[in-house]
Amino acid sequence: MRRGGSWFNVTAITLGFAFLYLPIVLLVVYSFNASKLVTVWGGFSTKWYVSLLSNQGLLDAAWVTIRVALLSATLATVLGTLAAIALVRFGRFPGGTLFSGMVYAPLVMPEVITGLAMLLLFVAIGFARGFWTLTLAHITFSMCFVAVVVQSRLVTFDRSLEEAALDLGCPPFRTFFTITLPLILPAVVAGWMLAFTLSLDDLVISSFTTGPGATTLPMKIYSQVRLGVTPEINAICTILIAIVATGVIIASIVTKRREVERQRAERLAIQGV
Amino acid sequence: MALTDRSSGHSRLRWLVVAIPYLWLILLFLAPFLIVVKISLSTSAIAMPPYTPALDFTAGLGALWEQIKEFTFDNYVFLTEDALYWESYLSSLKIAVISTFLVLLIGYPIAYGMARARKEWRTTLLMLVILPFWTSFLIRVYAWIGILKPEGLLNQLLLYLGVISEPLNIMPSTLAVYIGIVYSYLPFMILPLYATLEKLDETLLEAAADLGCPPTQAFWKITFPLSLPGVIAGCFLVFIPAMGEFVIPDLLGGSDTLMIGKTLWAEFFSNRDWPVSSAVAVVLLAILVVPIMLFQRAQKKAAE
Repeated sequence: MRRGGSWFNVTAITLGFAFLYLPIVLLVVYSFNASKLVTVWGGFSTKWYVSLLSNQGLLDAAWVTIRVALLSATLATVLGTLAAIALVRFGRFPGGTLFSGMVYAPLVMPEVITGLAMLLLFVAIGFARGFWTLTLAHITFSMCFVAVVVQSRLVTFDRSLEEAALDLGCPPFRTFFTITLPLILPAVVAGWMLAFTLSLDDLVISSFTTGPGATTLPMKIYSQVRLGVTPEINAICTILIAIVATGVIIASIVTKRREVERQRAERLAIQGV
Repeated sequence: MALTDRSSGHSRLRWLVVAIPYLWLILLFLAPFLIVVKISLSTSAIAMPPYTPALDFTAGLGALWEQIKEFTFDNYVFLTEDALYWESYLSSLKIAVISTFLVLLIGYPIAYGMARARKEWRTTLLMLVILPFWTSFLIRVYAWIGILKPEGLLNQLLLYLGVISEPLNIMPSTLAVYIGIVYSYLPFMILPLYATLEKLDETLLEAAADLGCPPTQAFWKITFPLSLPGVIAGCFLVFIPAMGEFVIPDLLGGSDTLMIGKTLWAEFFSNRDWPVSSAVAVVLLAILVVPIMLFQRAQKKAAE
């Protein structure tokens, strides 16, 4: 049966990945286009990258974006990890259904609704809009993504190690930091990276919740895209893609290496016995 | 169960672990929705904030009651009177349903192929699906503008090959919106599908083959029914956000492409009518509340 379907599988994968990657590859290729016309190839050039460096508005926006992303990803990781522990370990508590509902809803909630709702909250309590409202909004939606990533790791977690530590008199707080956290760390790091990229990429929620002086890179890109496609936007998009791709690839190599090491340690342990 | 109530310190810790994210979500996720409902019942005003009444809790109960009496359903009545709104809802619904179906149609063979690929390939393939998923939505939509616009790469290629003699007007149009949604949401469908297909017990298929069941029939009788949890999760992950999509119809769609996310955005940023945009959001939420709850149930079940 498998052999009969294999040409089909190869075709499906090839076409599927061509569809996923071709537009991104073209975008990257045309960022090195010497011609101002985005669709006419005028030879290889890196001049658009050079001209980015003198675009002060874009650099300011990049700086705001990175600060918001670092701060919101870190806090979202702490809150999201706590939420995941609450969901997996303390399954049933008063209001637990409401809690899990609030964790899962932002994953699919249309961004226009979340953005509008948060803006109206900030206006209602008289919070001046800007860097901090942007950060609070980003923490709130990305902590839910962190919670789901960490949760999936906690579900498959071997609790006997924790129980052993507790039985030997290790206080819960210390047990968490010496046993639990190191074991779920790959998921926590993946959660942080996801929160970071979500914050880096967000346009809609940011547009609603930001204020004067806190324009992010996606907002800047969006306002330029509306005016038309330019090689400069291709260049800035290429840089963002490169940052995300490098991060994801490094993370997956590190995880894979750790996995191989763990398996070897396990084999040695079994042989030792 | 060994972790329960070992000491009072532990239960206090446990209380904190639940309370901190819980309070955060109540204050910054749930409370804002109540405010949206409240403002959808208010009247637009030229002020800051641009609506009345702005509830003033310090003014005393009597004054508060006077303010509450000002609430009206006028905004909701307005939504039914102007065809723009219900046409936007209907058109969003249609676009979201058709795109979800198309994404499933395209995503299923890819996820199936990935799950049947050799083991050492699977991690790489999975990473290749996740990578565009991590790349900005805006960037991926922008990439299509260069391809689809009248003087874009697709038209140039087709003209060069002699397939067409006049550039096609693919963008801006509703067709371009479909392409954009299918492209952007494809990883959301592939990932849950792959997760269920990879776990599939292959001995079932071998047994079917041994008993003389043709592969196509085995697919529809065994593989597809067993992959239904992934199909359902994927469809929710695509349908719900696609329904309120703003970036794709705004950048790829024409002026005749109505979607409610775009209408809400225009109402808020161009017309600056906060009460009407709130009413639009409340109605959209009311449409999506059932799918969202079904999605949460599926997620919770998968997590257990």
